[in-house]
Amino acid sequence: MQSRLRGTAMTLGYDRRTIARELTVDVPDQSFTVIIGPNACGKSTLLRALSRLLKPSAGAVLLDGENIQRRPARAVAKTLGLLPQSSVAPDGIGVAELVARGRYPHQGLLRQWSREDERVVAESMAATGVADLADRPVDELSGGQRQRVWLAMALAQQTPLLLLDEPTTYLDIAHQIEILDLCARLHEEQGRTLVAVLHDLNHAARYATHLIAMRDGRVVAAGPPRSVVTAALVEEVFGLPCRVIDDPETGTPLVVPAARRRAEVAS
Amino acid sequence: MIVLRTPGGLSLRLHPRALTVGATCALLTVAVGVVALGSGDYPMSAADVLRTLTGGGTPAEAFIVHELRLPRLATAAAVGAALALAGAVFQSLVRNPLGSPDLLGFTQGAATGALVVVVLGGTTAMLSGAAVASGLATGVLVYALAWRRGVHGYRLVLVGIGVAAILTGVNGWLLTRAPLMDAARAVLWLTGSLDGRGWAHAVPVLVTLAVLGPLVLAGAGPALRLMEMGDDAANALGVRVERLRLALLATAVLLVALAAAAAGPVNFVALTAPHLARRLTRAPGPNLLPSAALGALLLVVADQVAQRAFGGHQLPVGVVTGVLGGGYLIWLLASERRAGRL
Repeated sequence: MQSRLRGTAMTLGYDRRTIARELTVDVPDQSFTVIIGPNACGKSTLLRALSRLLKPSAGAVLLDGENIQRRPARAVAKTLGLLPQSSVAPDGIGVAELVARGRYPHQGLLRQWSREDERVVAESMAATGVADLADRPVDELSGGQRQRVWLAMALAQQTPLLLLDEPTTYLDIAHQIEILDLCARLHEEQGRTLVAVLHDLNHAARYATHLIAMRDGRVVAAGPPRSVVTAALVEEVFGLPCRVIDDPETGTPLVVPAARRRAEVAS
Repeated sequence: MIVLRTPGGLSLRLHPRALTVGATCALLTVAVGVVALGSGDYPMSAADVLRTLTGGGTPAEAFIVHELRLPRLATAAAVGAALALAGAVFQSLVRNPLGSPDLLGFTQGAATGALVVVVLGGTTAMLSGAAVASGLATGVLVYALAWRRGVHGYRLVLVGIGVAAILTGVNGWLLTRAPLMDAARAVLWLTGSLDGRGWAHAVPVLVTLAVLGPLVLAGAGPALRLMEMGDDAANALGVRVERLRLALLATAVLLVALAAAAAGPVNFVALTAPHLARRLTRAPGPNLLPSAALGALLLVVADQVAQRAFGGHQLPVGVVTGVLGGGYLIWLLASERRAGRL
């Protein structure tokens, strides 16, 4: 298993609060990796470290074998993209203009807007289905449309690796599925490596090719959903008594929480 | 947007509306400037002014234009442009339309240094130097107080407002310690005035603008635009956010301190010019160049109004910008409130 992006023996935390110690993760190339775990298990912290927004106080994140914090910022930005959880669309900005900002790491003082930039922005908008919205102000879009625009911006960055921090938060269920279907398609058709933090275990089990389950700053299990999502592991990681059945749509594992009476008996 | 491309793979992106706004403001500044150079106790026609500027005219005219009126005009334009550029950078960095250096303590800090010199009795050159030094020191203080694993917009605004309030108090106390004559001079300086400004006032601001202006515009402009989307988004696109923010804050504080040293803490130009520029260009982002051009125009016009609009009675320019800017601030607060952003 090849991994361009790895975290080795990382200690992660904010100020004096340590979230994780000796954390080691590999992101398999060409995988759609999803990080799951209960609230405050450190999954978002891990993603921040992998995207170099958070510097490990010990250990390192390696991108192509090199410490990501020591590599030039622009070079990293051409390899590794990130869709942060909270980004602000500047007042009055149009869709195409926002997507175009994803080209920043490829531009320079004398190379401000090449034909390549133009082509990639158009392709990114087409791939996320926002080409029709190109001239609309971002403020006027619905939550689902807006998230697709942000995704288009991240695609325009043309990075083989793309990290997504809870890309479905704040969306209703139909738009959640729409975004995840879109991610799956990008993963399959464009061969990009995706890493996402997701809250919904069933979404994770359905879309991921590789799961990383975390609890209390540790990786409890990692591997394909079929081997990771078991009743015993869900109980261990989330403290949730459940049954795991086959998803009637996709055949992937589906977590069905135990009915109340059984849960009470179990606890 | 217009794109210019060469066969060699070079490409330039131009925004016609922003360029038009910038160029129009620059031309208007020149036009008002010519009028300003021709008006006063010794009136001159526009033709005479232009002939004198290009080396002709009588020795008396040359003296009046080159030694009396042009330095004042140049100081006004440079101070206006410096304040507006600093204001545009600040508002963009703290992602807050109220994040202007006159509300965040930097102008008050510059004033503190100047007042100390007044109280201790120093020369005009010492006053300028002290204003620059204490303006920069205030910048360091605010940055240090707001720093917590990086500096975030909201903290910077709150810390800045607090520091501004403290320094306003300190400045008031310093005024009570000054001898009466000096206190009167200090109050005039505190209002912001262009009276009797010579080349010694204009040159430091002009030189700094000429050196740092292009660096900020070309070097940091695009990255600053990205930072408006949030630190994480900008970082992900390859911007070294914390380093750039420190460099830009330092540059903006230096511009404000130099402007204050030259003309006193002229209020509200840094706040209003970037807002007006954004309304005119209708473009998101910091609008650095149009802001600077508009700032120069605003202060040149305000100084002309202060000198000529009230008959024989001349006002300090800070009174005019204060009245106009205060009115604008009230309108801004009301409209932000209506839009639900406050």
